[in-house]
Amino acid sequence: MVDHIILQVTRYRPERELAPTTQEYEIPVHEEWAVLDGLNHVKDQLDGTLSYRWSCRMGICGSCGMTVNGEPRLTCATFLADYRPGPIRIEPLRNFPVIRDLVVEIGDFMRKLPQVKPWLIRDEGAAAPDGELLQTPAEMNEYKQYSMCINCMLCYSACPIVGLEKDFLGPAAIALAQRYNLDSRDEGAGERMEVLSTAEGVWGCTFVGECTTACPKGVDPAGAIQRYKLTAAAESLRSFLLPWRSS
Amino acid sequence: MSANYTEFHPRWYRPRMSVFWWVGRRSYLIFVLRELTSVFVAWSVVFLLLLVHAVGQGGTEYRRFVDLSGNPWMLALNAVTLVFVVFHAITWFNLAPQAMVVRLRGKRVPRSRIAGAHYAGWALLSALAAWLIVG
Repeated sequence: MVDHIILQVTRYRPERELAPTTQEYEIPVHEEWAVLDGLNHVKDQLDGTLSYRWSCRMGICGSCGMTVNGEPRLTCATFLADYRPGPIRIEPLRNFPVIRDLVVEIGDFMRKLPQVKPWLIRDEGAAAPDGELLQTPAEMNEYKQYSMCINCMLCYSACPIVGLEKDFLGPAAIALAQRYNLDSRDEGAGERMEVLSTAEGVWGCTFVGECTTACPKGVDPAGAIQRYKLTAAAESLRSFLLPWRSS
Repeated sequence: MSANYTEFHPRWYRPRMSVFWWVGRRSYLIFVLRELTSVFVAWSVVFLLLLVHAVGQGGTEYRRFVDLSGNPWMLALNAVTLVFVVFHAITWFNLAPQAMVVRLRGKRVPRSRIAGAHYAGWALLSALAAWLIVG
C-alpha cells in the first residue's frame, strides 16, 4: 500500500488575490520521490494551475529552491519520505518578491552578481600568455569550493541581512567574487575590492552563518566573506602604513 | 530592468520581515544574543576603567568603588555581564576558524587546531591573570 502525505502549498494568484493563501494537496509518497516529484504529481494529476520553477532534477541547475517546512531547500534533493507523516509546508524562497505561487522574482540577485565581476580579469597592458594559463591542482583547490555555487539563492533566502538591507550584495555574489580572487590566473582582485570592501559588501555581513548551513553544495559563503574581511582589513592597514605600496 | 511585459507586474507580493524575525529560529536567536553581548563587553571595559581610575585616586576613592561593586545590583549586573562576555568569547572562538586560513608547510591547518589555539591562549591569559591576582 502506498502512503499518502499532505502538501500545504503557498498559492499566490495576483489576478485574484492580494496576499498568498495555502492550498492542500494529498499525494502518494514513494521512497524515491523528492518534494519536486510531489509538486510535479500535483501539476500533472491534481491541479495544472500550480506554478513553480524546476529543470534538471539533480541539484545542478539551482532552479527549484523553495522553503520546505521553514528551511530553504532544493526541492529535488529533499525527500518526501523524510517528512512522514507530514504535512509538508512548501513556500516560496524568502527575501524575494513573489511573482506567482512558488515563483520568486530574482532580478535583484541578477543585478548584484555582475557587480563583483565574476569572471577572469587579466591585466590589459600585459602581453598575452604564450599558450594556456597553467594551474597546479593545489592552485585549483584554492578556489574550487567556491566554484561549486549553482546560483540557487538558498543562501539569500536564509540570510536575514539580505531581507533587512536591500543593498547588501549577499552571500553567493561575495563567494563567487572570492572564487575569482583566489584563482591564480586572475588579476582583478583590486577592481573587486572597490565593490566588496564596502558597507553593502562584506562589511554588511554580521556573520549569522545561515548561508553556509543552507548551501546545498558546501560552498561556505559565510567563510568566504569572513576570509575576505581579513583580506580587506589587511589591505586597509597596508595602505595606511605603506601608502606607496598600496594597490 | 523593465518588467512591463509582465501582465501583473505591480502586483508582486513583497513579504515584510517581522520585527521579531529572530525569535522563531535558534540560529537567529543566538546571532542576536551574540550581537547583544557587545553591550556587556562595553560595560565590562567601562567597569575596568572606573576601577583603574579609582585606584589612581587613592584609598578613599578606591574603598568607595569597592563598596559600590559590592552592591547587590552591581553584583547582579556583573554576573550577567560575565555570562554574556563568556558567551561572546566562546562564539567568537568557534567562528574564528571559518575566517582564518592558516597554512603550515603548504598544508592547511585543521579548523579544530585553530579553535584549540584560541582556547589555549584564553586559558593561558586567564591563568596569568589569576596568578597576578591570587599569587
